[in-house]
Amino acid sequence: MKKLLLALSTLALAAMAPGPDEIMEDPALEQRAMALYDQLRCVVCQSQSIGSSDAPLAVDMRSVVRERLLAGSSDGEVLGYMQERYGDYVLMRPPLQANTLLLWGMPLIFVLAGGLLAFRYIRSQAVEDETLSDADLKKAEALMKEEGLE
Amino acid sequence: MIAELGQFLLILVLCVAVLQAGLSAAGLYLKDPAVFGFARAGALVQFALTLGAFGALTWLFAVSDFSTLVVAENSHTDKPFIYKLTGVWGNHEGSMLLWTLMLTGYTAALAWSSKAVAPRLITLTFAVQSAITAMFAAFLLFTSNPFARLWPAPVDGRDLNPLLQDPGLASHPPMLYAGYVGFSITFAFAVAALIEGRADARWARIVRPWALTAWTFLTIGIALGASWAYYELGWGGWWAWDPVENASLLPWLAGTAFIHSLRVMEKRDTLKAWTILLALFTFSLSLAGTFLVRSGVLTSVHAFAVDPQRGVFILAILLALIGGALTLYGLRAQTLRPTGTFAMVSRESSLLVNNIFFAAAIGLVFYGTFYPLFVTTVSDETLTIGAPFYNATFNPLMGVLFLAVPLSGLMAWKRAKLGQLLKTLSPAVIAALTAGVIAAWMANAQPVTSALGVGLGIWVGAGVLADLRSRIKLFEIDFGASLRRAAGLPLGIWGMLVSHLGLAVLIIAITGVSVWKQETRAFLSPGDSLELSGHVVRLDDVVRLDEDNFNAAVGRFHVTRPGGSEHDVVASRRFYPVRGMYTTESGIDANFAGDVYVTIGDLVEGRGWPVHVYLYPLAIWLWIGSSILALGGVLAILDRGRRSLSSRKQLPGAST
Amino acid sequence: MNRVIAFIPLIAFAAMAVYFWMGLRQDPSEIPSQLIDEAVPAFDLPAIEGFDQGLSHEDIQGEVVLLNFFGSWCPPCLIEHPMLMQIARSGTVPIYAIDWKDEPGAGAAWLERHGNPFIRIGDDQSGRTAIDFGVTGAPETFLIDRNGRVRYRHVGVITEEVWEDTLRPMVEALQRS
Repeated sequence: MKKLLLALSTLALAAMAPGPDEIMEDPALEQRAMALYDQLRCVVCQSQSIGSSDAPLAVDMRSVVRERLLAGSSDGEVLGYMQERYGDYVLMRPPLQANTLLLWGMPLIFVLAGGLLAFRYIRSQAVEDETLSDADLKKAEALMKEEGLE
Repeated sequence: MIAELGQFLLILVLCVAVLQAGLSAAGLYLKDPAVFGFARAGALVQFALTLGAFGALTWLFAVSDFSTLVVAENSHTDKPFIYKLTGVWGNHEGSMLLWTLMLTGYTAALAWSSKAVAPRLITLTFAVQSAITAMFAAFLLFTSNPFARLWPAPVDGRDLNPLLQDPGLASHPPMLYAGYVGFSITFAFAVAALIEGRADARWARIVRPWALTAWTFLTIGIALGASWAYYELGWGGWWAWDPVENASLLPWLAGTAFIHSLRVMEKRDTLKAWTILLALFTFSLSLAGTFLVRSGVLTSVHAFAVDPQRGVFILAILLALIGGALTLYGLRAQTLRPTGTFAMVSRESSLLVNNIFFAAAIGLVFYGTFYPLFVTTVSDETLTIGAPFYNATFNPLMGVLFLAVPLSGLMAWKRAKLGQLLKTLSPAVIAALTAGVIAAWMANAQPVTSALGVGLGIWVGAGVLADLRSRIKLFEIDFGASLRRAAGLPLGIWGMLVSHLGLAVLIIAITGVSVWKQETRAFLSPGDSLELSGHVVRLDDVVRLDEDNFNAAVGRFHVTRPGGSEHDVVASRRFYPVRGMYTTESGIDANFAGDVYVTIGDLVEGRGWPVHVYLYPLAIWLWIGSSILALGGVLAILDRGRRSLSSRKQLPGAST
Repeated sequence: MNRVIAFIPLIAFAAMAVYFWMGLRQDPSEIPSQLIDEAVPAFDLPAIEGFDQGLSHEDIQGEVVLLNFFGSWCPPCLIEHPMLMQIARSGTVPIYAIDWKDEPGAGAAWLERHGNPFIRIGDDQSGRTAIDFGVTGAPETFLIDRNGRVRYRHVGVITEEVWEDTLRPMVEALQRS
């Protein structure tokens, strides 16, 4: 119950993240910062990014992101900085590494495998060639015209 | 007294359900003809009893009986009356009772509407439904009793979480559950079909309205949840790929694939194994979602309670129902023999491809939601999956699938001619490409994504129009005749056209809201303004408000759009003292072009009020699009299978 | 429909069920520390208001120590406090602390009221050091060996059980080696 309340209350506070006093002077850096906020998970309120959480830790983490950017780190380096401290967990986008290869590749594998199976199934059916004789075809067309159908 | 009555009624439900399941099974085995009538009666009795129990709980909330534990934990005398009532399902125990009510409600509806068509099938279905009801009644009684007492009773309750005191969120669970639980009927039908060893076009026709009803409710439920999140959470986020949101998306994806596959089965007596499996999966995913939310396996802002004991019980239910059904499937799937055949290019094959893509999407979302769990159980690593992952994988997958939508609708059954198809669709192709180019040129960000999103949406929408045009032969015969044809089109076809149109609207709306959004923030004092892309937001004043169970700082804003139109919006920050929680009420100025979304935070001494302004282009079309999507479902449900011709002529030698 | 293929859904479900079962036994809100077996992150924090000495990573080299993150704003820290006092009195292992995100003076006032089990306390007002340690909430306690390597992190309150069953044996093992 406590965890529920904590989670819900941090959600409720999430109105103002990030606040107006967190805007960076350099618009290019500000844009990078905003993009990075969305890629880092708030470790206290687990389903949100630090960009949409007002938990004190999220505020601190945003400060760190800004500091790192001002210090000249690349986006990758900023993410790596957080990853060093909190683990893969903190990245919203699971890294492309051995244990996540399956995760990323899955949709493609699925579609290809499914497509292959479907292809073979359809082929295996016997589809009769239905062709009407010309006379029958004319009769059918006449009937359909009468009914106003097609 | 009322609480004890409610509990007693629940016990009766359990007994009747067990009795029904057992006796139905026995009666079928013994081939007793009376069993059908008995099963129908039993279904109605179960519903009446559950309704009574639910009524009892509602009464307890309405009168604020704090000697009942759930009322004490989730209600308060100062709470507005409507929220006292909706609080019945704003907690774990009450929502499970609502689940069970829907379960028995659907069974009763089946009893009421089913004539003696296929009595054996329907009796089997009742038996399965009763088994499910029994399991949930047991779950309620043994782990989640809504009627548990609290002694000594507190003077006042702990209030309902303020986030839940909201019309959107009050109506979201009933709609969602109506969807989830509706698929229990189709699940039961599928199990019955497997037991009978027969599933054919007749089965599909019987099941169709139930599948469509459940799907429509689920669509509405998800849309309500998303719209609530949009205006309540304070930053216009309407979908976060949160585990519990995914838990509602998974049955929806399966349900959508299911209703399409059902159509193939009904029309052409093929893809049976797929359809039955999808029926089983859809409900299984609903159940798995229940497990997620109530067992503490994954934390989420939605999670009701971190309680492993309940989790074990639900896991047992899952094992029995899903494990049982899938075992049956493994054993009996071979009895599902198709009689229809189809060519490589045909509507059937396109819907088969549809199934495959949906299956991939389901696998993706499922894997993404549960993968962190897998990882932590086998290693010390933790890993989580958030929006960026899904955006990179789910979106392209669905995008490719949507390309096929216009094609599929126009393909003939059994064997389709691609050449004719492309000719009919050529206007749609041109429209889509043009729209894409315009979107790329006009977009304020991400031109390629904009082009793809808008182009795809226009493609689907224009495809619908091309399909309709072709069916009623517009521009080929005189207008009156076209109109007559339109009137004569089956409602099921109208449903498809309307839903796909809704989809087109949604694709474009999602592109707008996600790709073209902008935001800015500043500290404002009354009189100050904020500007964003030609939109001006001025803070007029901030007043204090004291209501029954909260107090608030209310900011009044004046919004001026680039076109010159002006509106006032109100945004506030509320504090609920009983729970010690804050919420944000955003001020939204909405028009068809987009939303101006304003929020206000807590006053910072010396700086002013922090104000956040977002621009969400096309936001309102999210809700319009999903309504159209659901409307298509309603139209399809109303299709009674009669093919009406506005002019009827007797064919020589034929009888109608 | 091939017999084998027909059973794939069941097999997949069974695998899932096993994971769910295992998942029930776990607390999903625990994140393992990245620092296990790594050197303590470098830090040099000033004293909290009302005290003379701050805390740096060099101060905790050379012996087995516990490093506790706390704050006067943190209710569970209060719950854990008597246990820390008990450990301090027993002399088993020295406890150092970092006052995390506290208002100036608040930490000192809190310790004045409830007792001070800590040898030295560092003031982390900005929260940077906590982030360097991968801290996600208070209280959190790190067990650090005499070479300055982090050996264990405990999230949450240190109860009698946690001390007797987990921490103390580890402390004593490290002290012996």
